[in-house]
Amino acid sequence: MNSGQNKSFFGRIDWITIGLWFALCIIGLFNIHAAVYDAENPGLFNLATNYGKQSIYIFTALIIGICILIIDSRFFMSSAPVIYFIVVLLLIAVLIVGRNVAGNQAWIPLGSFRLQPSEFGKLATCLTLAYYLSNQTNKNPNMKTLFIGACIVLFPVGLVMLQPDTGSALAFFSLVFVFYREGYLSTGFLIIGGLAIFLFVLALLINQWVIIGVIALLCGFLAFMMRKKRKNVINMLILFVVSSVYVLCVDFAYEDILQPHQRNRIDIILGKMDDPKGQGYNLNQSKIAIGSGQLFGKGYLQGTQTKYNFVPEQSTDFIFCTVGEEWGFVGSVFLISIYLALLLRIVNIAERQRTAFARIYAYGVASILFFHFFINIGMTIGIVPVIGIPLPFISYGGSSLWSFTILLFILLRFDSSRKGTVGI
Amino acid sequence: MNNSFFNRKYVIQGIFIAIALVIIARLFYLQIIDDRYLLSANNNVMRKVIVYPARGVILDRNGQVLVQNEPVYDIMVTPREVKDIDTLLLCDLLGIDSTDFKTRMQKARAHSPYRASQFMKQVSSTTFAKFQEHLYKFRGFYYQNRTVRSYPDSIAAQFLGYIQEVNERDIKKSDGFYRPGDYIGASGVERAYEDLLRGKRGVKNQMVDALNRPKGSFMEGKYDTVAVTGDGLVSSLDKDLQILAERLMKNKLGSVVAIEPSTGEILSFVSSPSYNPNLMVGRELGNNYMKLLHDESKPMFIRPIQASYPPGSVFKVVAALTGQQAGVINEQTVFYCPGGYRYGGGRAIMRCTHVDGATSLVKSIKMSCNTYYGYVYAKMIDSRGLSGPKAYDLWKEALGKFGLGHRLGIDLPGEKPGLVPTSDFYTKRYGNGSWRSSYNISLSIGQGELGITPLQMANIMAIVANRGFYYRPHLIKGIGEKRIVKEEFTEKIFAGVDAKYYEPVIEGMSQAVNQGGTGAASRITGIEMCGKTGTVQNPHGENHAVFFAFAPRHNPKIAIAVFVENAGYGGTWAAPIASMMVEKYLKDTISLPKYIQDRVYNANLLPKPKKPKTPEVKKDSTQTKNKTTAPLKSAALAPKEERSVLVHHSQVRRNHE
Repeated sequence: MNSGQNKSFFGRIDWITIGLWFALCIIGLFNIHAAVYDAENPGLFNLATNYGKQSIYIFTALIIGICILIIDSRFFMSSAPVIYFIVVLLLIAVLIVGRNVAGNQAWIPLGSFRLQPSEFGKLATCLTLAYYLSNQTNKNPNMKTLFIGACIVLFPVGLVMLQPDTGSALAFFSLVFVFYREGYLSTGFLIIGGLAIFLFVLALLINQWVIIGVIALLCGFLAFMMRKKRKNVINMLILFVVSSVYVLCVDFAYEDILQPHQRNRIDIILGKMDDPKGQGYNLNQSKIAIGSGQLFGKGYLQGTQTKYNFVPEQSTDFIFCTVGEEWGFVGSVFLISIYLALLLRIVNIAERQRTAFARIYAYGVASILFFHFFINIGMTIGIVPVIGIPLPFISYGGSSLWSFTILLFILLRFDSSRKGTVGI
Repeated sequence: MNNSFFNRKYVIQGIFIAIALVIIARLFYLQIIDDRYLLSANNNVMRKVIVYPARGVILDRNGQVLVQNEPVYDIMVTPREVKDIDTLLLCDLLGIDSTDFKTRMQKARAHSPYRASQFMKQVSSTTFAKFQEHLYKFRGFYYQNRTVRSYPDSIAAQFLGYIQEVNERDIKKSDGFYRPGDYIGASGVERAYEDLLRGKRGVKNQMVDALNRPKGSFMEGKYDTVAVTGDGLVSSLDKDLQILAERLMKNKLGSVVAIEPSTGEILSFVSSPSYNPNLMVGRELGNNYMKLLHDESKPMFIRPIQASYPPGSVFKVVAALTGQQAGVINEQTVFYCPGGYRYGGGRAIMRCTHVDGATSLVKSIKMSCNTYYGYVYAKMIDSRGLSGPKAYDLWKEALGKFGLGHRLGIDLPGEKPGLVPTSDFYTKRYGNGSWRSSYNISLSIGQGELGITPLQMANIMAIVANRGFYYRPHLIKGIGEKRIVKEEFTEKIFAGVDAKYYEPVIEGMSQAVNQGGTGAASRITGIEMCGKTGTVQNPHGENHAVFFAFAPRHNPKIAIAVFVENAGYGGTWAAPIASMMVEKYLKDTISLPKYIQDRVYNANLLPKPKKPKTPEVKKDSTQTKNKTTAPLKSAALAPKEERSVLVHHSQVRRNHE
C-alpha cells in the first residue's frame, strides 16, 4: 500500500473506483434506453429522450468529477460547514418555493432543470460529520460528541421529512455505520438496532402474536442451549420480554396513535394493502419483470414488461427491473458484483486514509451508497418495503447522478492527496 | 487519530457482502426456481385475438348465390384518445344525433377509457364508405371488419335458416368451442350444416402494453394460426323456380315441394307465409324475431316438414300401388260406383263426388273415385285371411316403405314424422281387436287420422316417377370445394311395390291431367304431366287444396307437391300452381293464360284475422321447444288446438304415437 509522493497526480487517483463508477453509469444508460425504448418508433439517438438526457448528465458528471479532482482537497475540508449551511438553506427554500411532484415537495425549478436539494443534503451531511468528528480534541468517543454528531445528521433529516420525502430521509440513517466505525456505537448496538428495525417492519407485516411466539421459541431454544450459565438464561428472558413489549408497542402505536390516512400510507409502502394500481401493483409487476428474466434474460431491448410499461417508474426507481428482465440472473449478479466491489473498495480506501476526516467521509460515502443499493434493489425484489429512492449511477436523473458523483469524487480527491503510507 | 476500531472495517464489509448475498439468493429464487413469474409476464403482455373466419357461402344448383357474406363495420372508439374531433361531422356521417353520440361515448368510457370498445355496431358498407373518407379526422376512432349474412333475393327463408349469437346452452353443449359473442346456425341449413359452414377460427397472439394497447405480434406470429373459411354449400334448390314458387304462394298458407326424382334433390322448398331472411340479420334481429314469432300466420313454422295433414285423394295413388302389390286388386279390377261406398251393412255411406259407374283402376285414379278405394281398403283389411289389426299392420308397413309415418331424413332440423296410427291405437279406440275396414274406412281415401307432410307427398310422387324407389330428399347436393354428397343421400331406397304395378296408376294420373280428369286445370301443352288432385276435408273451415304431379311421364325430371290451406278444391288452386312450376322448370316459360296466372298471383287465401289467441301462441312455442312433453299433457291440451288452423292434425295425432 505504498503510494509515493513521487507519483504523478493521475497516478495517485484510484482508477479502479473510477472504472467501477463509469461501468455503472454506462450500464445505467443502456438500461434507461431499454426502459424508454419504443419498438414501434426506435428512432435515432435523441437528446430529447431520457437516455439522451442521461448521456448528457453522465458527460457533465464526468466534467464535474474532473473539476473536483483539480480543486484542492483542503477546500472541501474547510468549507464543509459552509456547504452544510447552504444545503440547509436550500432544504428550507424547497419547502417554500419547491415544486410538488407526486406528493413530494422536493424540487426547486431552475429553468428547465429541477434541483433536488435532499440529494446534496447527504453530501453536505457527510462532509460536516467528518469535519466535526475529526476535529474532536478528545480522542475517545464520548456521548456529547455522539449527540452533536447525531444532531448534524438529524437536522437535515427533519427538513427532508417535512417535504415529505421519507425515502431520502431514511438514507441519512445509514450514517450509523460511521458512528460505529469511529467507536461511538458498540457492536451490540448495531445488532440490537438491526433487530429493532427488522422487528418493526415485521410487526407491521405479520400478526404480533405470531412474532412473539417465534421470539419465545427462539429465546427458549437459545436459553436451553446455553443453560449452563444462569446469566445467559436470564439474558434470554430479558431479550424475550423486551422484544415482545417492543412488538406490542409498535402495533399499539400503529393501530391507536396513527391517523387512518397515515396508516394507509404505511400499509401501501409495506405492500400490505391490496392496491393493484398502487404500490402493491408496482411491486408485483416489478417481481414479474425480474422473475421472467430467468437465467440469461430476454436480451437487450427484448424485455416485454419494461418495454410495454407494465413496470412504473422504470427508468428511475425501478430501473433494476430492466436489468433483471433483459439480462437475467447472470446480468443481475454481475451488476450486484460491481456494486459490491465498489463498496468494498471504498471501505478499503477509507482505511488507507491518513486523516480522520477523509476516513470518516469515506465511510459516510460507503454507507449512503450501500443504503441506496440495498433498499432500491431490495424493494424491486420484494425483500424491503417499497421506498422511492434511486439506484446510484444507474437510475435516470441529473440531481441524483451528479450528487452521487460529487460524493464519490470528493472521496477520490481526498484519496489522491493522501501523503505517505496508511496510518495505523 | 482514532484507529483503534480498525477491525470494525471487517464487520462493515461483512454486512455489505451478506446483504449482497441475500439479494442474490432472492434473485436466484425469483429468476431461476420460481417460473410463475414468466407465466405472469406472458399473461401480462399477450392477448389472444380471435380471427373469425368467413362463414361458408350457399349457392343454388346453378351456382347462383343464395346466401353470401356482406362486410359490415363495427366502429370502435378508445375514449382516452379522442381529442378535438368534429362531433357534428361524425354524427352526420353515421346518421346519429349529438345526444346519441354522448350516450355512446359514455358507454364506451364506462367500459374502459383506455380500451377500444364498440361505438356503433354493424355499420353498412355504404355508410362506412363515407365515414372512412373522414376517419383520419377522428382521433381515437377505429373500425373492425365483420361479415353478416346477406340474401340477395330474399328467398327460401325457412330452408336457409338464420344465425344468431350463441346462448349459455350452446356454449355448454359445444364443450367450449363457442364463446360468448360467437354466432351459430339457429335453424335451417345454417343449423344443419353448422359444423361445415362455420369454418375454423384463427388465433393471433398480440402483444399489448400496460394500457392494453396493441404492440405488434408475439414472436413474429410464430404461434399464430390462420382462420379457415367455412365450407361452401351447393344447394339443390333452383333459384328461379324458388322465386316463382314463392310468388305463387304469396298471401296463401301452404307448401310447395319439388324434387328431382332421379336424385332426391329438392328443387323448390316453399313454406308460406315466408319472411324476408334479411330481417334476421344485424342489429334488428332480436326485434324482428319476436315479431315473426308472434305473427299469427306463423312464418317461422316450416310447413313442408313440420305441418302434417291428411293427404286426401292423393293418397289413392299409394292405395292403388300397395293394393296391387298385396294382390287384392290388379290392373283389370273393376268396382261399380253408384256414387258412394256403402259399408257397415249398408247403413253408412262414403260419398263419391260423382257417379262413376263401372270403374277400372285407371279410371279410379283419373276420376278420383272414393268408392273404388273403399273397396280396395276393405279388401286390404278384410280379405287377407287375417284379423283386422294384423291386416292393418301389413298395410301400415307398406305405407312405411312409401315414407309415410316416419321421418324421411331430410338435411333440415325439425322434420316431423307425420302419422300412420298403429293397430293398437284402433284396438284401444274400438275396445277390442275384432275391428274391420268399416271402422276406419276414411283412411282409404286419405282422411281420418292419417298425417302426411308436404315433403312426404312430394316424395311419393318421386317414387311414382321412378317407378318404385326414391332417394332421401335433401337440400344440399354438394359440400365444399369437392362438391361432396353425403352418403345417405346416394342410397337408393325401394318403396316396396314392383315397377310393373306403376303403369296403370301413372296412366290414370296422366289422364287426370291430359284427358279431362280432375287435374285438367294443370294441363301443359307439349309436356305429358301426370298428376293427382286432392281436396282435404277440413272441419274447421275451407278445405285444403292438394295437387301432386310429376313430369314428363317418361324420364321424369320433376316431382311436385302443392298444398294450399283453406283453398277449396285441389283442381282450382293447387293444380295451376304445380303446372306453372313444372312448365317453368322444364321449358323455362309459362304458357298458361295471363288471366289465370294473375288470378293465382293475386289471390289472397289467408284466413280472416281472428281475435288474438295468446294461449295458442304460447302453446305452440312450448311445443316446438319441448318435444318430450308427456302425451297426457298434450292430450289435455288437444281440444283447445282444435281451433287452430295450422297444426291441428299433427297435434291431435301426437298423443297416439
